[in-house]
Amino acid sequence: MVYDALVTCLATVGFRLLAAATDGYRVVLSRAELDAGDRHPMRPLLWRNFRWLVTLLLLVVSAIGVEAQRPPIVAAASDLQFALDSVARRFTADTGERVELVFGSSGTLTRQVVEGAPFELFLSADESYVEKLSAAGLTRDSGVLYAVGRIVIFAPRGSPLAVDDQLAGLGRLLSSGGVKRFAIANPEHAPYGRAAEAALRARNLWQPLQPALVLGENISQAAQFAVAGDAAGGILAYSLVLAPALRDRGTFALLPESLHPPLRQRMVLLKRAGATTERFYQYLRQPAARETLRQFGFAVPPQ
Amino acid sequence: MDWSALQVSLSLGLGTIAVLLPFGIWLGRLLAVREFRGKLLVEALVTVPLVLPPTVLGFYLLVTFGARSPLGEAFTAFAGQSLAFSFQGLLLASAIANIPFVVQPIQRGFEAIPSDVREAAACCGLTPWQRFWQIELPLAWPGILTAAILAFAHTLGEFGVVLMVGGSIPGETRTLSVAIYDRMQAFDDRGAGIMAAALLAIAITALILTTALSRRAVPRRG
Repeated sequence: MVYDALVTCLATVGFRLLAAATDGYRVVLSRAELDAGDRHPMRPLLWRNFRWLVTLLLLVVSAIGVEAQRPPIVAAASDLQFALDSVARRFTADTGERVELVFGSSGTLTRQVVEGAPFELFLSADESYVEKLSAAGLTRDSGVLYAVGRIVIFAPRGSPLAVDDQLAGLGRLLSSGGVKRFAIANPEHAPYGRAAEAALRARNLWQPLQPALVLGENISQAAQFAVAGDAAGGILAYSLVLAPALRDRGTFALLPESLHPPLRQRMVLLKRAGATTERFYQYLRQPAARETLRQFGFAVPPQ
Repeated sequence: MDWSALQVSLSLGLGTIAVLLPFGIWLGRLLAVREFRGKLLVEALVTVPLVLPPTVLGFYLLVTFGARSPLGEAFTAFAGQSLAFSFQGLLLASAIANIPFVVQPIQRGFEAIPSDVREAAACCGLTPWQRFWQIELPLAWPGILTAAILAFAHTLGEFGVVLMVGGSIPGETRTLSVAIYDRMQAFDDRGAGIMAAALLAIAITALILTTALSRRAVPRRG
């Protein structure tokens, strides 16, 4: 690419210039040393420091110029933090190929795709973001539905919150003033936050809960908030609380699908997708990967 | 320990020094020795990144260099990748964020040189270039060193801008501080702890290094 060539050229030119400059400098210094004997102890010291800095800087400049071959990057909604990690590890074991996973809220990741982030595959936690990207012409096609997500109410160990599928315990604790903090993902850009808001609204808890709400940037951070500090609990992704990292940290109850619009999770290949990513995309639709998703609490739609 | 994150962080820190030090020496010296109209404005502008929330900087960089902006499109057409979410983009953001950390110590360094030293050098027949290399630069060295180490340490700790224009891409824009954030969200407290300790160690080392080197660089009388 033009750019790589240019960087290499610049690095080389910079190299030469700096080398020439410091070389001349050294000559001048040594003459000064000869003239001055030991009376200017600072100059050689300066040169020592300078040489050290120049060497480091040259190393960096040359390192920046070199483009490393990296595995393709897959962007995924945070509810997949543990499930997709497990699938990707098995993909590597089976095929010897690697993909890098980047997690975030679906809204944030969508924005990053729009701004030109180098992702090759995007697994959203809801359909609307994929449709938006597809309409903007940033995707290969309209993608496929790979899972339907569920939400749970979660109470960390030691919390006074009693969890149940109708949020009755939350209502009781709220009216007794016992809810100091309650974590959900930010509904503005996290689909799981929107599902949590819908469920709370359906049980008329959204307004009374306002002063206690803490919003995670994505559903993983909401989970972090729910187990940390003085939070009474939170509404989290089923796929996260089933993972070993969270399973033993509290109790949870699965909320019925009637409480919120379905979390129809769609994935789509982005324009720059390469062969490895295509194979990973196919791998995700194989029985083994679907079984893993099922184990993490997702409903997997028929092919 | 996420080694690629450490590598990104170190490259970013050193890259920032490489980009900013020549500029800082030029501007710092200019501000120290010259009087010119608009100097106050320049000094104020240099300080702006110090008080600017990193998200504001991130916002403007995305607006300016995102894939949909004219500048971003031009860069993408030229480089084949967008400046946002690339190492080069981070480097640009980091260079802007670090301007005050570099320019101010260097300016103090040049200001500390008595003007009669400069005049004496001129009287001895040294050309301006020789004066700069042989007299001023050695005397301003402690300030330059402080600037380099401050910029390095500050870049390692940068988080807001990196999160906004970087997007946590492994080996490219996932710095150590962002990797800690990611590890926490993956409930990997141990991984986050190791990296936090590494950053703490680097920060302390950098500060000890500045103190020690600037002490040694003070000219001895004899």
